[in-house]
Amino acid sequence: MTNAERLRIPPVAMPEQEPAERIHNVREVPLGFTREMAMTEAQRCLHCANQPCVEGCPVGVRIPEFIKAVEAGDEAAGIAIIKETNLLPAVCGRVCPQEEQCQENCTVGRSHRDVSQAVQIGKLERYLADWEREHHAAVVPKLPPATGKRVAVIGSGPAGLTVAGDLAKLGHAVTVFEALHKPGGVLAYGIPEFRLPKEIVDAEVAYLTRLGVNFQYNTVIGKSLTVDEVRHSYDAVFIGSGAGLPNFLHIPGENLLGVYSANEYLTRANLMHAYDEDSDTPILRGKSVAVLGGGNVAMDSARTALRLGAHRVMVIYRRSEQEMPARKEEYQHATQEGVEFRFLENPVEILGGTDGWVTGLTVQKMQLGEPDASGRRRPLPIAGQTSNVPADVVVVAIGNNPNPLIPAALPGLQVNQHGGIVTNEDTMETSVPGVYAGGDIVLGAATVILAMGQGRKAARAIHAYLSSRGRVSG
Amino acid sequence: MNIIRTKEQLGPNVTKYVVDAPLVAAHRKPGQFVIIRVSDRGERIPLTIADADAEMGTITLIVQAVGKTTREMAMLNPGDSLHDVVGPLGKPTHIQRFGTVLCVGGGIGTAPLYPIARAMKEARNHIITVLGARTQNLLILEDEMRSVSDELYVTTDDGSRGTKGVVTDAIRTLVQSGRHIDQAVVIGPPLMMKFTSMLTKELGIPTMASLNPIMVDGTGMCGGCRVVVGGDVKFACVDGPEFDAHEVDWDTLIRRLGTYRNAEQAAAEQLDHMCRIGLHGGTPA
Repeated sequence: MTNAERLRIPPVAMPEQEPAERIHNVREVPLGFTREMAMTEAQRCLHCANQPCVEGCPVGVRIPEFIKAVEAGDEAAGIAIIKETNLLPAVCGRVCPQEEQCQENCTVGRSHRDVSQAVQIGKLERYLADWEREHHAAVVPKLPPATGKRVAVIGSGPAGLTVAGDLAKLGHAVTVFEALHKPGGVLAYGIPEFRLPKEIVDAEVAYLTRLGVNFQYNTVIGKSLTVDEVRHSYDAVFIGSGAGLPNFLHIPGENLLGVYSANEYLTRANLMHAYDEDSDTPILRGKSVAVLGGGNVAMDSARTALRLGAHRVMVIYRRSEQEMPARKEEYQHATQEGVEFRFLENPVEILGGTDGWVTGLTVQKMQLGEPDASGRRRPLPIAGQTSNVPADVVVVAIGNNPNPLIPAALPGLQVNQHGGIVTNEDTMETSVPGVYAGGDIVLGAATVILAMGQGRKAARAIHAYLSSRGRVSG
Repeated sequence: MNIIRTKEQLGPNVTKYVVDAPLVAAHRKPGQFVIIRVSDRGERIPLTIADADAEMGTITLIVQAVGKTTREMAMLNPGDSLHDVVGPLGKPTHIQRFGTVLCVGGGIGTAPLYPIARAMKEARNHIITVLGARTQNLLILEDEMRSVSDELYVTTDDGSRGTKGVVTDAIRTLVQSGRHIDQAVVIGPPLMMKFTSMLTKELGIPTMASLNPIMVDGTGMCGGCRVVVGGDVKFACVDGPEFDAHEVDWDTLIRRLGTYRNAEQAAAEQLDHMCRIGLHGGTPA
């Protein structure tokens, strides 16, 4: 097939649950490619010699090679290529912002001058990962002899799982300590079922268990075990303790009944299954829900509210559609499902009744001024233009700080002004020798793939560190 | 496995459990708490730690069966397990030699107060304890508290034990009789803590209170347990659970504790129904 022919193939649309149907269930929205769809989509790849897509991938997946395997109908080869560099393809295929990474660089999209015309690398990655899971084809690689080195991983989110997998494959004995009763971190408590089915997270964890990784739940490092105890029992430590206390707007009314942080709202819904009538965890099922913020977490909260039976869900964001940090796909899904977007509105007060329950909020109309430090145009209030919006549940989704527990429990650990752990950019080593960190505990609030990228770097550095300290094979 | 070793009824709906939790037992300090789940579909609820035995690897929990989860817990027997126990969470109580320490316990709040009083006693404070309850059989740990107190006073609303009245009456009497108190610790129902705190503020006695807001993760992630202290938002799970009682916005705490009242009532009624028709193992306590 010539490149001209390949360029003429339109992107294959992945089937999705219809919006009217899906807002009444928590099942996944995009349904996945069939084999034919995947092979057709794979034909769109030009196999560029310079591989700009690989450049855009934080973990350097050998993208053109796995796509070639899909085109040839050799799923087993394709997934093996991905897994050499990406331990969680079923997750990444679903939640990575490919349009800002591999797909942004794709020559096909560039030649159409439209990133939405790029080869759908993420969807192909998902196809292969799903194929492997559905065919029970996950192969445990032959592990090198045990090195006798022990590594403690704190937190079982994307960063921790990556470190655990990489180091287990090198023959180190890895124990993952998880504070919650289930593994996955943000994959379990944060990202909703309809975007990332939890059976996928469970399957990834089961795979790591087969690699010999030991998981200990309900164990809070710094509390259940001191950091020193962990440091004494293990040769190296990776901190991937993730997101911490949610940010609030510090406006009047944030402690009214019916005001949630997105972390709490999503944790109740996802980790605790509050959407399920059989779950004992309650959640307020608002009729009119206002979500404050414009990121992916805001989209997840808004779409969760619909599935909890809200008649009206609004996303209130102080900048315009263009500055909104949410992925386009999430924004589109939310819009299709009937989420109302109120741009250029800044909440200035949450209103409540005499009974203490939230009744709505006052928003200030904004306009965009000059770019600010983030490079986005700064929203400025338009004097005298405020209005009231009715709501019986308000979800504040404006980000969070890194988790405070470990920094509080490890004196000498250097943190920045936001409480994020300071690390060497190349090795992810912290100010404490033998202790490494990555993911949201370093980044604040970032993405799954960036956390995995840091986990990968840390694993490499930990392996080098352990190897330099005595006999280590592999 | 968090096996229940012993179970003892302390009063109507109040049960004491000794549960396997070796890491918690080895690390807990007075003032800390655990989060438990009774079953796989259960909610996470915070429970204070009344005592622990590091050698045996057990902790003592004293639980009043009020909601669905605590009532399901009451149906468990020795040999059964709690599905999850995680902790110890929260900051330990600040223990030092203050001089005379007033320990005020209301109802089930005496359970977490006991290890604090004991530690205060070990720090060579003079301990004055005031315990209050609605009625005699809701008083718990009176003997244990007596063993770590230099003086102990009991009040009940109905006069069935000790002096008829509420804890604030007893505190006022103590101070009026000329007793000097350097520090107070109060743990009990929020309304009782509010009124005690109002009184000790008036009397100029520095006071710590242990707060019990709604929590989910308990590890500084969800923000559900936020409380207002000195005008600032604090998170009870990592900043607390103890705070300067005089700075706590009690009305906000009390209001927020009622967030799920309707859901809790519905769940309790459902549980009653299941028990009546025999679909739920055991009988409600």
